[in-house]
Amino acid sequence: MDDFRILTAADSALVIELGAAIDRKISDRVLALAETLTRAGLPGATEIVATFRSLCVNYDSLTATGAELERAIAALVKGAGAASQIRRLWDIAVCYDPHYAPDIEEVANTVGLTAAEVAALHAGTQYHVYMIGFVPGYPYMGDLPAQLRLPRRLDPRTRVPPGSLAIATSMTAVYPYESPGGWHLIGTSPIRFFDPESTSGALLRPGDAVKFRPVTASEFSRIRLAVERNDYVPESTEFAA
Amino acid sequence: MIPVLKAIAPGFHSTVQDQGRRGFQHVGVPVSGALDRNGYLLANALVGNTPGAACLEIIGSGPEFEVIGTSVRIALIGSGGGLEIGGRDGPFVPSGQSTRLTKSDILRVRLGGDAFCSYLAIEAGFDVPLCLGSRSTYTCAAFGGFAGRPLRSGDVLHGFADDVPTRDEVTFGEPRSLGLDQAIRVVLGPQDDDFTAAAIEEFLHGSYTITPASDRMGFRLAGPPLAHKSDYNIVSDGIVAGSIQVPGSKLPIVLMADAQTTGGYPKIATVISADLPVLAVRGGGRSVRFQSVSREDAETIRWAEHQQLLKIISGLRPVSESQGIRIEALYNQNLIDGVIDANA
Repeated sequence: MDDFRILTAADSALVIELGAAIDRKISDRVLALAETLTRAGLPGATEIVATFRSLCVNYDSLTATGAELERAIAALVKGAGAASQIRRLWDIAVCYDPHYAPDIEEVANTVGLTAAEVAALHAGTQYHVYMIGFVPGYPYMGDLPAQLRLPRRLDPRTRVPPGSLAIATSMTAVYPYESPGGWHLIGTSPIRFFDPESTSGALLRPGDAVKFRPVTASEFSRIRLAVERNDYVPESTEFAA
Repeated sequence: MIPVLKAIAPGFHSTVQDQGRRGFQHVGVPVSGALDRNGYLLANALVGNTPGAACLEIIGSGPEFEVIGTSVRIALIGSGGGLEIGGRDGPFVPSGQSTRLTKSDILRVRLGGDAFCSYLAIEAGFDVPLCLGSRSTYTCAAFGGFAGRPLRSGDVLHGFADDVPTRDEVTFGEPRSLGLDQAIRVVLGPQDDDFTAAAIEEFLHGSYTITPASDRMGFRLAGPPLAHKSDYNIVSDGIVAGSIQVPGSKLPIVLMADAQTTGGYPKIATVISADLPVLAVRGGGRSVRFQSVSREDAETIRWAEHQQLLKIISGLRPVSESQGIRIEALYNQNLIDGVIDANA
């Protein structure tokens, strides 16, 4: 792998750039390299943050220099094989009923499908978690079926309720927190995607896979109650990447 | 959980902070922690804490507390200002000095006005639950610190000690320099290539003002606009404290402790780690100039800054226990109030 650049974020981080696009191949390389660097235990590195196309390697400039880290990383990038990683495939309940999906009719009209067809297409695809950002636990997942790809809304909402399932461009996501948002809301999940009381914080990690399972409104309520009682964990199976 | 202080008034924005929450940025959790790392470390040093203890970060206006523990050792790091004990006629403990208070004492934090953020430390630190390994408050997602939010009236802060032994109280040899006129040093990049040569020139030679719309997430700057070569959107990339992103408005935003972990705007430069505290203490209305240095320079400067900090901490010296009216205290109060009380 020679096609990478190491950029500088002052004496706080090195940015290892493996591409400039949202692309599954680039993402796989980013996540494999994150694994390699984590296993190597780079001295002075404090955190490695994976994005769509780069890794942000935070370091403490009192204990390491950028030049040393850069040399260590360059050697590892070149030598990095496909590090085998254990990932999880998650089964995530979603209610696509219009009451839980304020934009699904509008999306359906725009793309020339019925709301039921939008839901079926969305739930019929397995998604890759590219990265987590924006707010704690917010998963950028892709790729959406081509028929469902739309630009962001012209009028972003100032408040998107937590649990909202959203789509925009080639991505889908669930808002873990109430926040502003410009994506189209086509469902709601009763699952908690971020829990600061847990040891790991977020349910999903970059590299995981997600399938959405349509549930009825009553099933949604049942699961949400169980989630609130800390009595529900979505099913997941391990797979090797 | 030992009750130590009860908030009579919360101040404008008082949050529990420590050195920050590390290890969760890959799942979108900002680092948070004290905006001014040095102020935080100095406040802890005054009360004999090891680095890592949780302090109160105070922005905007000072809170008022009643001591409800048996005794508490406490210190403020700000700029000017200090602790008024028992009301306006009571003793005044200037910023940069520790003091021991006992049950029922009333303590009012007076900010000097020069520093954007000040730090109040108690011996052994504030006791709030660890959340993802840190006691720092992240208000945007309402977790960490005291119930994930700034203090409110009536809140009871807990500590790790109900009673602290008397000892010589300590102070720093000289007042801390805030470096308010100092250029903020940056390393260009990671996306300086996305800007025109003229924009880089403007950025390094223009003067910017920190706008009032600045907070723990980011300092928004007003000044010369910075033109992108083409698009102002990039595919999301990592962010650190000090990243200077330039959105479509062409006006730079310096991302601070609570900044999101990734972002889709090009970053023209990054503030060096040694100058993050220098920037953090400048609030809205203050001006900022940038100066470009190399990464190697940044590392050398950080090392020297750290040695300087250790020197300041090793220079702590005892102060007289007499906490009556002192010239220094009166001088400080007059600086704050801007008036002289002829009856004092």
